[in-house]
Amino acid sequence: MTDIRSTDLGVAAAEPGFADYVALLKPRVMSLVVFTALVGLLVAPVPVHPVVGFAAIVFIALGAGASGALNMWWDADIDAQMRRTRARPVPSGRIAPGEALGLGLGLSGISVVMLGLAANWFAAAFLAFTIFFYAVVYTMWLKRLTPQNIVIGGAAGAFPPMIGWTVATGGISVESALMFALIFMWTPPHFWALALFMKGDYENAGVPMLTVTHGRAATRRHVLAYALALAPVSVAAALSQIGGPVALAVALGANAAFIAGAWRISRRDDAASAADQHGVERRFFRFSLWYLFAVFGSFLIERALGAAGLGGW
Amino acid sequence: MLRVEHEIHRRRLGRNLGLGLVLVAFVVLMFGLTVVKVTQGNGMQAFDHVLRPELVPPAQGAGQ
Repeated sequence: MTDIRSTDLGVAAAEPGFADYVALLKPRVMSLVVFTALVGLLVAPVPVHPVVGFAAIVFIALGAGASGALNMWWDADIDAQMRRTRARPVPSGRIAPGEALGLGLGLSGISVVMLGLAANWFAAAFLAFTIFFYAVVYTMWLKRLTPQNIVIGGAAGAFPPMIGWTVATGGISVESALMFALIFMWTPPHFWALALFMKGDYENAGVPMLTVTHGRAATRRHVLAYALALAPVSVAAALSQIGGPVALAVALGANAAFIAGAWRISRRDDAASAADQHGVERRFFRFSLWYLFAVFGSFLIERALGAAGLGGW
Repeated sequence: MLRVEHEIHRRRLGRNLGLGLVLVAFVVLMFGLTVVKVTQGNGMQAFDHVLRPELVPPAQGAGQ
């Protein structure tokens, strides 16, 4: 009976399109992963053939997408309760949870095996660990358990530049660890700023974000503390072999602006924040994305200058 | 039996085209990767991909 029409069953309205499957892979997170992994790969001291490098970045992005699909499968109940996420393919009913799980597992396997074949098996193992860390350690375990979910879970988002570096060199080093530390320290203030202006979302969903468990005033102080802790990591990376004068200037400028934004957040209370529709928090969140782009972009600039016989230390 | 004009083909056209393009892109990527791997390869024999000293070109004047 293959000739049966789905319209007869009344399910035509829920037919998922190709874009829904793309949305399942969290393309915005993927774009950040692609950028940071690409920087890790390009600033490494060992040159990679462009085709191999391109393939490696595609498979790293695919691995990130796979973990995004697994996250959406597991978190569908939470996503359905939050304004920011309720239109996602699984909570909105466009894609069945089992389909998201299948896609996530399938793409995980493909991305890891293909990265191993295209680059090296250490990079592939690193990618497999990153998918496991994001899908199991963060999504299934920490997210609903502790307000430190973002801090520890942030490691998953910090691994891509290390994987990119590993694709080129076959190993890890101080420089790749500094790139990891940079994103690791950047993630908490980035997400806590979001939690501050997505008022009530996490509370309604029962997710123990810092804003829910320790209050919004404590979260504001934490944003400042992490912004202060991020600065020396960023400067250290700029002083390492992947940095140089341009990277140092960018690091000093970007961190000064980041700390100033965090300081403004820490000095505000909820009444002041509500009065301007969380304007300071929103600007800080947007700037945090530019911060990461500028700091990692400066490593690329140093690499390009180095190739021209300029830049670097 | 599915007919060509079945409504499921129209309904899933975007999805099928998208998947088709992804698969074509994957094939192209694999082809490119294979060409690079083969051209960058050392003196290997195809059956077990193990380096064979006898495939390394002899040095100038060797064996005379």
